[in-house]
Amino acid sequence: MQTDWLYIGLFLIVSVIFAGVPLLIAGLLSPRKPNPIKSSTYECGIETVGETWVQFKAQYYVFALTFLIFDVELVFLFPWAVAFDQLNLFGVVSGVAFIFILFAELLAAWRKGLLEWV
Amino acid sequence: MSFLSDPITFIGQWLTNLLLGWGLAPGLVGVITRAIGAFVLAMTGLMLVVFTIIYERKLYGRIQDRLGPNRIGPWGLLQTIPDMIKIFTKEYITPEGADKIPYNLAPILSVVGVLMVWAVLPLAKTIFGTDIDVGVLYIVGVGAIGELGIILAGWASNNKYALLGAFRAVAQVVSFEVPMVLALLVPVILGGTMGVNSLVQAQDVWFIVFAPVAALIFFISSQAEVGRAPFDLLEAESEIVSGFQIEYSGLKFGWFFVGEFLHAFTISALTATLFFGGWRGPGAQEYPILGLLYFFVKSMIIYLVVILMRIALPRLRIDQMLNLNWKVLTPLALAAVMLTAVVEKVVLHYAAAFELGSTAATLLRASAHLLANALLLAVFFGLVKQRTARREPPLVGRPRPVAVPPAAPAPPAVESPHSAMP
Repeated sequence: MQTDWLYIGLFLIVSVIFAGVPLLIAGLLSPRKPNPIKSSTYECGIETVGETWVQFKAQYYVFALTFLIFDVELVFLFPWAVAFDQLNLFGVVSGVAFIFILFAELLAAWRKGLLEWV
Repeated sequence: MSFLSDPITFIGQWLTNLLLGWGLAPGLVGVITRAIGAFVLAMTGLMLVVFTIIYERKLYGRIQDRLGPNRIGPWGLLQTIPDMIKIFTKEYITPEGADKIPYNLAPILSVVGVLMVWAVLPLAKTIFGTDIDVGVLYIVGVGAIGELGIILAGWASNNKYALLGAFRAVAQVVSFEVPMVLALLVPVILGGTMGVNSLVQAQDVWFIVFAPVAALIFFISSQAEVGRAPFDLLEAESEIVSGFQIEYSGLKFGWFFVGEFLHAFTISALTATLFFGGWRGPGAQEYPILGLLYFFVKSMIIYLVVILMRIALPRLRIDQMLNLNWKVLTPLALAAVMLTAVVEKVVLHYAAAFELGSTAATLLRASAHLLANALLLAVFFGLVKQRTARREPPLVGRPRPVAVPPAAPAPPAVESPHSAMP
């Protein structure tokens, strides 16, 4: 059990090294001749106006929020699915009822128009 | 014989014995062998990209009536190597006003997030990184790191196109995780475990037979998570000039490229593992090396479908994309999970009550699940068809409106503010 997670930790270190070290080496090997034109923001040849982090469409935020609601509740379903063999009929029915609640949430969001791209 | 049939275990044992013979502590030996294992597995993952890039470029070329790369090496097979050298020696151009730390972190995250999946992916019976008991949840979790990389890249680049790409990533890539996680529940219910290798061991009959709908949902939504055509809204060259990766150059751009190709292969491998029996096949239990072959053959066939989808299908619009996710895949996945749970419990109950043999019970299970899935698809697509049917009757055969001159003379024109100007 612990050795499994030890392996995951080692794998994380190894993959960060694999991803990070070539970037550093390439940074040392590659030329470095910056000039103001080259490092200006690329916008298809037109000079950029104003700052980048402007107000954005709230729709993206709404979708992220809807996702969050669903994702948090889906995590609760995994223990239920793992223990499925040991569940009696009542356990299965309560799990199904939980999914029905999720379904109702989806319908509510749908009726409220949260899922429309406007 | 042991080396030929099961090389990894053989080498592992030899290495352990060698290190123990040197007088190292057993704990340290465990750490060292695991570190070497992780190194080899991660290396395999990254080296695969060299192969998948040429595979994809050749196929892409052929379908577009070109030859594809054909200059370097036999049939152009070594084309990727000079490309790698080129991208390695290119200059890093950092745009002014970029947020340095997230800007440099993003390419690393997008590779690490995909590579970490390989830690639990079983390549054969004895060839796998580790089989943690929350494997499926772990896959979803580390998959999200790559998306974090994309969002960071878009936010930190100080470019409006990149920011748009990041927003689209939030709306698309992130929300496609909901049907994906739901579809992953189905093999967990069927196998009764979350460990990936244990799930493969549980597939005496491939799960695609029990859960074709869940397999389809998983395949489509994980494709959308990779962000390739037809779901490549977040880079969309013709709309937002490659989106989140617009300000990246040199190897930093190369890492996004590697991450995308590796992710595309990884989802094929995951689909093969979770629904098509992974390394299971005739003789794979006795000879793990055969399992390795089966695993790669199955993954390559599914990867072929992924590439063909990328070549053949045009990009979706964002509203179509979100409708597909929230109004088609998510309800369908919810219904599939409920149906699988109920059918599985009822069938197992009756199989126990009538004391069926294991073959008869499996047959009953398979046919019940298949029937339920077919019914679900029929009902669901009936509903979709009904809701999306065009309301207006066809125009053919009806008198068409003809332009007629207005009967009354037009009222005197109101003087517009423009003409009032001197």
